Amino acid sequence: MNAMTTGAEAFLGRFEGLRAQLPGGRTDWVAALRADAAAQFRAQGLPGRRVEAWRYTDLSPVAALGFTEALTLAEERPALPAARAPWRAVFVDGRFAAGLSSLPPGLAARSLAADLDAARGLLGALAEPLPLVALNTMLFEDGLFLEVPAGAEGGTLELLSIASHTQEAQKGRPIAFHPRHLIRIGQGARLTLIETSLGPAAAAYLHNPVFEIAVAQGAQLTHVRLQQEGRAGFQLCTVLAAVEAGGTYDNFTLNAGGRLVRNEIHAALRGPRAACHMNGAQLVADGQHADTTTFLDHAAPDCASRQTYKTVLAGRSRGVFQGKILVRQAAQRTDGYQMNQALLLSEEAEIDAKPQLEIYADDVKCSHGATVGALDEAQLFYLRARGIPAATARAMLVEAFLSEAIEGVQDEAARAALDDAISGWWQREGA
Amino acid sequence: MLKIEGLTAEVEGRPILKGIDLEVPAGEVHAVMGPNGSGKSTLSYVLAGREGYEITGGRVTFDGRDLLAMEPEERAAAGLFLAFQYPVELPGVGNANFLRTALNAVRRARGEPELDAMQFLKLARAKLKALHMSEEMIKRNVNVGFSGGEKKRNEVLQMALLEPKLAILDETDSGLDIDALKIVADGVNAMRGPGFSALVITHYQRLLDHIVPDRVHVLMDGRIVKSGPASLALELEAEGYAKVAA
Repeated sequence: MNAMTTGAEAFLGRFEGLRAQLPGGRTDWVAALRADAAAQFRAQGLPGRRVEAWRYTDLSPVAALGFTEALTLAEERPALPAARAPWRAVFVDGRFAAGLSSLPPGLAARSLAADLDAARGLLGALAEPLPLVALNTMLFEDGLFLEVPAGAEGGTLELLSIASHTQEAQKGRPIAFHPRHLIRIGQGARLTLIETSLGPAAAAYLHNPVFEIAVAQGAQLTHVRLQQEGRAGFQLCTVLAAVEAGGTYDNFTLNAGGRLVRNEIHAALRGPRAACHMNGAQLVADGQHADTTTFLDHAAPDCASRQTYKTVLAGRSRGVFQGKILVRQAAQRTDGYQMNQALLLSEEAEIDAKPQLEIYADDVKCSHGATVGALDEAQLFYLRARGIPAATARAMLVEAFLSEAIEGVQDEAARAALDDAISGWWQREGA
Repeated sequence: MLKIEGLTAEVEGRPILKGIDLEVPAGEVHAVMGPNGSGKSTLSYVLAGREGYEITGGRVTFDGRDLLAMEPEERAAAGLFLAFQYPVELPGVGNANFLRTALNAVRRARGEPELDAMQFLKLARAKLKALHMSEEMIKRNVNVGFSGGEKKRNEVLQMALLEPKLAILDETDSGLDIDALKIVADGVNAMRGPGFSALVITHYQRLLDHIVPDRVHVLMDGRIVKSGPASLALELEAEGYAKVAA
């Protein structure tokens, strides 16, 4: 408890020191928003394991670190990986790097810090009373502010987050950054967003992003998240999405990096015939902890949701899946499905799974399932008996295990990035 | 080609093979017949290298090499092929990808160039046609949703692609109707020649009407108790194992 309090107080202390420096620090409505968030965060603190939603994920390693807010440091220009799409928004330590980015015309894509006034009434509109969202609101330094106009065919945009400032980290001063991304897809518009987060291999840091995503009537957002943080890094990501009538929000999240990561998604289906697909793969190697927590709120009739999550665990590692589907009384004829499966490659690996259905409507089709297993010896032998070396055979079976979650990623660029990330993980950690 | 000498093996401490002596010369097809529980499947799994079988004595040479010292994939690359009694389903693994990965692994181990996707497809189509099989077979996931006959045909397709020196057919006739049985037998017969041997393991004589063996061995309680020409299979069918072996 003490460590957690200390962690929260350290963040609050830095907020007090940075108030004026933070974007919008001299703008009343922003300052008020941040102050409210600080009050909320002060009351809640960093969530401890006694909080039901955090029962399986222990944030005390985060609380124990004394972070430096990346905002206080000079900007860096790290090397970038090859582009995956024609347009790319690059964030270094949570701040928009204009010189490294190429933004698509016509999609109103810009830095949130640079156009904060335009976000009035939008920023925080989807916020839930979650401590990490409050922490983000209190300290956000920037983010992607994207408003795809109604009817626009937005194509594919890459969102790249890079943790830098490795020297600070080496001096025992890990950095923290809290980007706030506002993504609004106008009526009937479409966009594919490929988000990649990377960081140095050995340095600790905290990346605490919050996405507020509004998908208007008949609009469609495909959001592919490739979390490949450095192995000593922490990522605590919260996605808050609201989908209006006939709209679709598709989220695929790969959790492959980081020391401790949480992928928390709250999606609300607010209008009739809205749809949400949430899929993901967690590849968890020795010493890593990966948590996916989803909350699907069916608030309108005739909506459909599909979730398929697959977790592969190697070495001494831990995976978590928590998934709640809430079907409100108004949400008649809801079609909900959730499946989470884990593959344990080691006897020291652990998976905790907690599916939850809460249903108040009477005409509903809702199902969930969970499995945990090891690689099938008979399958492995069958492949080897055909001349396929053991390591290749294992890789094929892991890939087959993941395929159901991955096949939903149809965008070619996203799929290529995903395949590369998975084969890279396997070469590093699996074989 | 295959020489088994005094082979003994246990499963979970229980002796199953109690001293097998058997030789299959190059170019010959031998049958091993035996009742349930005689050790037929254990013999085929031990030869293919499956885990869980403790070899307690004896030796096996394959093409002059110590077979029991090799990994399963090395045995396959050396030219040994086991057609499974119960072919395994691989959800999420496409049959074409599986077949090409296996073929290229074996070709690589043999020092032959790998085939690209187009070259493989051409070869696979030719083999499918020769075996009177539909191309649909390689578009599906490996054995998933296949009927019993389709699974066995898929085994024969794999054999035709991998071109082994020795094929072990483990109760390949079980669960097959007569048409499927003929396709499987034709597939094996098409490979017969000086460079191909087979060990046909079966309970019933039926398959041996279609794949006529050069020699028949009777396996009972973990030992070969009798060997003879193809006519021995008919004798077994007519009079039963107990009488023939007595």
